[in-house]
Amino acid sequence: MDFLAPYLRPGVIGAVIFVAFNALIIASAILVLAERKIMGFIQQRYGPYLTGPHGTLQPIADILKLLFKEELRPKGADKWLFTLAPVLSIVAAFTAFATVPFGGETTFFGLLDEPIKLGIADVNVGLLVVFAVTSMGVYGIVLAGWSSNSKYSLMGGLRASAQMISYELAYATSIAAVVLLAGSLSIREIVDGQSGYWFGVLPRWFLFLQPLGFIIYAIAGVAETNRAPFDFPEAEQELVAGYNTEYSSVRFALFPQAEYINMTTMAAVATDLYLGGWHGPFIPAEYGWIWFLLKVAFILFFYIWMRWTVPRYRYDQLMQFGWKWLFPASVLNLLVTAALVLYFNA
Amino acid sequence: MPETITFYVLSALAIGASALVIGQRNPMYSVMLLIASFGALSGLYILLDAPFVAVAQIIIYAGAIMVLFLFVVMLLNAPQEDGAGWDRLHPLRQPGVARFGLLLALLLVTQLGWALARSTSLDQGVGVLGGGAVVSSVRELGRVLFTDYMFAFEATSVLILVAMVGAVVLARQEGKS
Repeated sequence: MDFLAPYLRPGVIGAVIFVAFNALIIASAILVLAERKIMGFIQQRYGPYLTGPHGTLQPIADILKLLFKEELRPKGADKWLFTLAPVLSIVAAFTAFATVPFGGETTFFGLLDEPIKLGIADVNVGLLVVFAVTSMGVYGIVLAGWSSNSKYSLMGGLRASAQMISYELAYATSIAAVVLLAGSLSIREIVDGQSGYWFGVLPRWFLFLQPLGFIIYAIAGVAETNRAPFDFPEAEQELVAGYNTEYSSVRFALFPQAEYINMTTMAAVATDLYLGGWHGPFIPAEYGWIWFLLKVAFILFFYIWMRWTVPRYRYDQLMQFGWKWLFPASVLNLLVTAALVLYFNA
Repeated sequence: MPETITFYVLSALAIGASALVIGQRNPMYSVMLLIASFGALSGLYILLDAPFVAVAQIIIYAGAIMVLFLFVVMLLNAPQEDGAGWDRLHPLRQPGVARFGLLLALLLVTQLGWALARSTSLDQGVGVLGGGAVVSSVRELGRVLFTDYMFAFEATSVLILVAMVGAVVLARQEGKS
C-alpha cells in the first residue's frame, strides 16, 4: 500500500469535498421529507405515508415525478435568462457552502499521518465569502421573476429584490458583532474561539454573549432564504406561486432545492458563529462533526416548525419591520458589542 | 504561468462584458453583463492577493448596488431602449454636442495612450506576483483607513450623506407634504 501514500492526502481531501457536496443534496431530500412529516404532525395528520416504510421514500418519488414532467417555457419568456435563472440559484447555493467548515481536525481513524481540517476551503475572509455568495442567490429569483413574462412572477421577483436588500443589512450587521468578539473573519477561528466552558458548565458559545445578535441573525436568515413567515416572493395566496409560477420539471425542482441548500448553509453558519460549531461535551474532539450535525439538524427543525406555526406577514409590515426595527436593533447591538470589546480588551 | 493565463482570461471577460453592457439594447442584459464584469474584476483582485477587496467588490457592487439597478429596471419594465428610431431633434444629437463628445473621447484616448507610453514596468507583476508585501489583512486595511486616510474617508461619507438627502428631497412630491 506504500505506493498509495503520496495520493492519500489529496484523495482524502477530494473525498471530503465529494461527501460534502452530496451531503447537501441528501440534506435537501431529507428536508423535503422532514418538512412534510413535521407539517403533518403540526396539522394533526400523518403526512406522506405510502411511499416506502412510513413514507420515507417520498422525496425520491417527488424528484422522479418532476424529472419526467415536460419542460415548458412560456412564449413571451426571455429564452436565455429563463434558462439561466434556476442554474444561478443552485450554483450560488452550492458555492456558499464552500467556505463553511464543519468539523475539527481528524486523521480518519489513523488513516492519515497529519490530521486534516474538516471543511472544503479555509479562506481568511471565509465569512465574507459566504455572505457574498449568498447575496448572489437573489439574482436567480429576480431573473426567474422577470424572464417569465408573467405579472405574478414579476411581482415575486420585485419582492425578492426589495426584501433581500432590506434584510441583508441587518444580517451583515449582526454577523459583524460576532466578528468583533472573535477578532477574525475566518469561520474556523471564530469556532475555535468558542471552545471550553465558563464556570465549568456553561459552554463558551457566542450565543450567550450575543443573544440579540442571534435573534436578529435568525430572523434575517429566514428572510434571506425566503422561508415562511417571510416567503413573500412566492406567497401562494397572492401570487399563484410567485417567481417560479411559469417553471416546470427540473427547472422548477432546482428552486426548492436551492432554497433547502440555502437553509442548510444558513443553519451551518449559525452553528459555527453562535452555537460553538463542533465543540461540545461527551463526544471526543475527533468526532466533533457529530455535534455539528446535531446542532444543524436542530436549527433546521426550528425553521420548519416556525414555517407551519407562524402566519405570513403583510408585505409592507415586512419592510417596516426590517428597516425600522431589525436594522436599528442590529446597529445598536454592534455599537454596544464594539464598546464592550474595547473596554474589556483595554 | 497559470496566473498569467487566469489574468488574461479574467481581463478578457471584464473588458468583453463591459463592452457588451454598452452594446446591449436590452437593459436587463446590460445589468447582468455588468455583474459578470464585476465578477471578473473581483477575480483580478484575488490574483493581486487582495481577497478582502475582491469579496467587498462582490458584496457591495454585485450584491447590493446591482440588485437596486435590477429593481429599477424591472419596475420600469423597459424591454427595449428607445434607440430604434433616429430622433434628429434629440438634444444629444445636435452637431455641437456631438463634436464636444468626440473631443472628450479623443482626449480620453490620448490620455490613456500617454499613460501607457509613460509607464515603464508593464511587464512586471504587482502584489505577490511582483514579490511585493502582502497587505491583505482586514485589520491592517481598517487601521490605514481610519488613520492615514481618515480625512478622505470622512469626506466620502459626508458626500454620500449629502447625495442621499438630495435624492430624498428630489423624490418627494411637491404639495403632498
